[in-house]
Amino acid sequence: MKLTLWTYEGPPHVGAMRVATGMKGLHYVLHAPQGDTYADLLFTMIERRNHRPPVTFTTFQARDLGADTANLFKDSARDAYNRFQPQAMIVGASCTAELIQDDPGGLAEALGLPIPVIPLELPSYQRKENFGADETFFQIVKALAKPMPRTEAITCNILGATALGFRHRDDVAEVTKLLSLMGITVNVAAPMGATPEDIARMGQAHFNVLLYPETGETAARHLERACGQPYTKTVPIGVGATRDFLHEVSALTGISAKVDESGLRLPWWSASVDSTYLTGKRVYIFGDATHVMAAARIAATEIGFEVVGMGCFNREFARPLRAAAKAYGVEPLITDDYLEVEAEIARLQPELILGTQMERHIGKRLGIPCAVISAPVHVQDFPARYSPQMGFEGANVIFDTWIHPLVMGLEEHLLTMFREDFEFHDDAGASHHGGKAVARVEPEEPGVSHPRTPVGYLDQDEGASP
Amino acid sequence: MSLDLPSTGCRSTPVLKERGQREVFCGLTGIIWLHRKMQDAFFLVVGSRTCAHLLQAAAGVMIFAEPRFGTAILEEKDLAGLADANAELDREVARLLARRPDIKQLFLVGSCPSEVIKLDLARAAERLSAVHAPHVRVYNYSGSGIETTFTQGEDACLAAMVPTLPATTARELLIVGAMPDVVEDQCLSLLAQLGIGPVRMLPARRAGDLPAVGANTVFALVQPFLGDTHAALTRRGARHLPAPFPFGEEGTTAWLRAIADEFGVARDLFEQVTAAPRARAQKAIATQSQELRGKSVFFFPDSQLEIPLARFLTRECGMTAVEVGTPYLHEGLVGPDLDLLPSGPVISEGQDVEKQLDRQRAAAPDLTVCGLGLANPLEAEGHTTKWAIELVFTPVHFYEQAGDLAGLFSRPLRRKAILRKEAAE
Ligand code: SF4
Ligand code: SF4
Repeated sequence: MKLTLWTYEGPPHVGAMRVATGMKGLHYVLHAPQGDTYADLLFTMIERRNHRPPVTFTTFQARDLGADTANLFKDSARDAYNRFQPQAMIVGASCTAELIQDDPGGLAEALGLPIPVIPLELPSYQRKENFGADETFFQIVKALAKPMPRTEAITCNILGATALGFRHRDDVAEVTKLLSLMGITVNVAAPMGATPEDIARMGQAHFNVLLYPETGETAARHLERACGQPYTKTVPIGVGATRDFLHEVSALTGISAKVDESGLRLPWWSASVDSTYLTGKRVYIFGDATHVMAAARIAATEIGFEVVGMGCFNREFARPLRAAAKAYGVEPLITDDYLEVEAEIARLQPELILGTQMERHIGKRLGIPCAVISAPVHVQDFPARYSPQMGFEGANVIFDTWIHPLVMGLEEHLLTMFREDFEFHDDAGASHHGGKAVARVEPEEPGVSHPRTPVGYLDQDEGASP
Repeated sequence: MSLDLPSTGCRSTPVLKERGQREVFCGLTGIIWLHRKMQDAFFLVVGSRTCAHLLQAAAGVMIFAEPRFGTAILEEKDLAGLADANAELDREVARLLARRPDIKQLFLVGSCPSEVIKLDLARAAERLSAVHAPHVRVYNYSGSGIETTFTQGEDACLAAMVPTLPATTARELLIVGAMPDVVEDQCLSLLAQLGIGPVRMLPARRAGDLPAVGANTVFALVQPFLGDTHAALTRRGARHLPAPFPFGEEGTTAWLRAIADEFGVARDLFEQVTAAPRARAQKAIATQSQELRGKSVFFFPDSQLEIPLARFLTRECGMTAVEVGTPYLHEGLVGPDLDLLPSGPVISEGQDVEKQLDRQRAAAPDLTVCGLGLANPLEAEGHTTKWAIELVFTPVHFYEQAGDLAGLFSRPLRRKAILRKEAAE
């Protein structure tokens, strides 16, 4: 047993839901108690989807326990097929159904439905959401994708984007654009946006672009074995990584890596003298390993921050993260306990945190600015505007996002120069953020009388009254 | 006071009982508001990562310096041997209580996994109560999805406390159901003006304020979902005062009237105390409910508040109910509301969500009250929705909130009108 207050990842069946909800023409029949339908609202509210996730929950109750739950599952699967007429179905159990051992795979097979039915084994008491997504996508690909003759023109698949992924929507668009600049068309992007029929024709692509190792790596490896498709190892987040990615694609295809970079502004923004004050700012980075490793490279080599700490919550990627951390001379923190992350941040006292929604709250509590770089995220990080993290536009977005929470350069000078001023002092906060300015609290020295803060000059506040 | 009974109410309307996929929360969600109400209580769910994730999703941005709830996540080895699971639980509880010495009440909350593996949390609560007495009292109840739906979690929690309440022979009024503090204060002030007292509350804000109960206790419920608590109090000899629930002006007046009659409050005094707030409530409702008059409403099951709320919307806001779905229907509790609800709507209990969606689409109501999993998809189909959870999290009881309550329903319609106008230009 482990006492948990907040979790970075949901259970594995939520990962399966992320795959199903990202796809079209696929239906998920999930053996689960009624309350597990809460997960629907992650998609309808946080991601603001305009349709219900394609998931049928059996919603068994206490009185169904015993022989009945198996029939309940069969009825639900049959009804779901009749109502939704999917091209393929995935079936599995949530944590509670795993304990009652009904075998959704066998039960669904016994129905003899005229479509592929793919059983999922997701060990709820050992694994988590990302594993669930990765494994589900792999099972779907394994069941449906077969070796095929290559397309005449050079095409690729894009792997790993799911529903509820941090900026997946725009990353896919941005990477598709990058590839088309090279003259490469996308055969299938999956799971997000793909149908089971699309999955079936993945084999005709020349290679695969693996966008998110957390949710697509097992499928990528399988396609490498089964269809002879190599896959890219560089995740194109940041300017350097994007250029490396283009070279990797070039090596796979023989097409020149030279593309139009006229829309890329991060390098000049970062080189301009306005940004000098960013040099050596101490930054702490936490999130999923892929985004953390990418962020560290941008922070250290493209913006000129000092990476004082980094870590990830997904143990599966502890090894590459450890290797990456070595390059910055920091000891990485691999944990899914946000209290440990908080303690580490409190100890390191960075000037900027790059993290998930948890780190944002930690930052708020400790008074440290923060920008979000990784799931889990709230509704505001599923923005209406185009906001990729990948490619050249992603780099522009990242520059703006990370710099925004910091106090601006000139303001910082003024704060230092007039530190003794009642108006400019460290607690006064940044000019562009919601918080109210707080007048400095004059130290009490016995026998010395200080001038009172002029009333009405600053908003009256708890801390403001002398 | 005239509560004009409609020609026929819904008490004898045959209830459409459905079974199938349910789209509801489990009882664990009650923790979200209960831990705010009981300020020295900690809610420890014994469950899976799903349970922890649910609480997090439902609590949304409510992150506290240290939340007073958490999940002891069962691991592979806990499933293998229950003896170990008990030892693990004891250790986690000891660690928790050492870190939080301010905790005086600890609730071990059962989940589907803990119920299915038959982890005996009642025994564990007894054992731990003995270990940590007298500083901490340990209770147990189940908020599992296989046994409880949404607000039933509060019912299970309160019912678990009842057997341990001290005994009394005093004639006291007990008000049952968690309310936001401001609303509770309004309720107490109205009762005080009527000269009714002493009044006790369940749940209490702190362990030290827990009420006593006995044969001379009479109790009134402020929430319709407290069936088990009702039964537990009745077993302790307390007597229930049936009444419509205190939503809207009419509901509040009827609720107060039932208590006033029990305590022999003179009609004059009742009029004198309630006249002004009644007038205020009526005026506020009239302003807030303009958009609601003549419109139809469809309730998906969620909290068991549906029947009293449908009564309020039809009688005080001029709406027509098409279907009123409720996860459970306790006739003994919502009977007085059913009497007042004009006949006509389908009253449904339980759910087969796909079939219910078919009915909702066919009826095309002006307003659909539903959960967050359905709201945006229905909006995208062109329906106007009011998400139901807000009705549980927002102060909505008694006179001063009556206008706000109507406003919760009219706002989506008002918004639709604004956006439509913009689109038309
Ligand atoms: S329905 Fe059961 S398993 Fe799911 S969150 Fe609720 S208690 Fe946990
Ligand atoms: S406003 Fe700035 S500091 Fe606050 S949460 Fe957003 S990015 Fe972080």
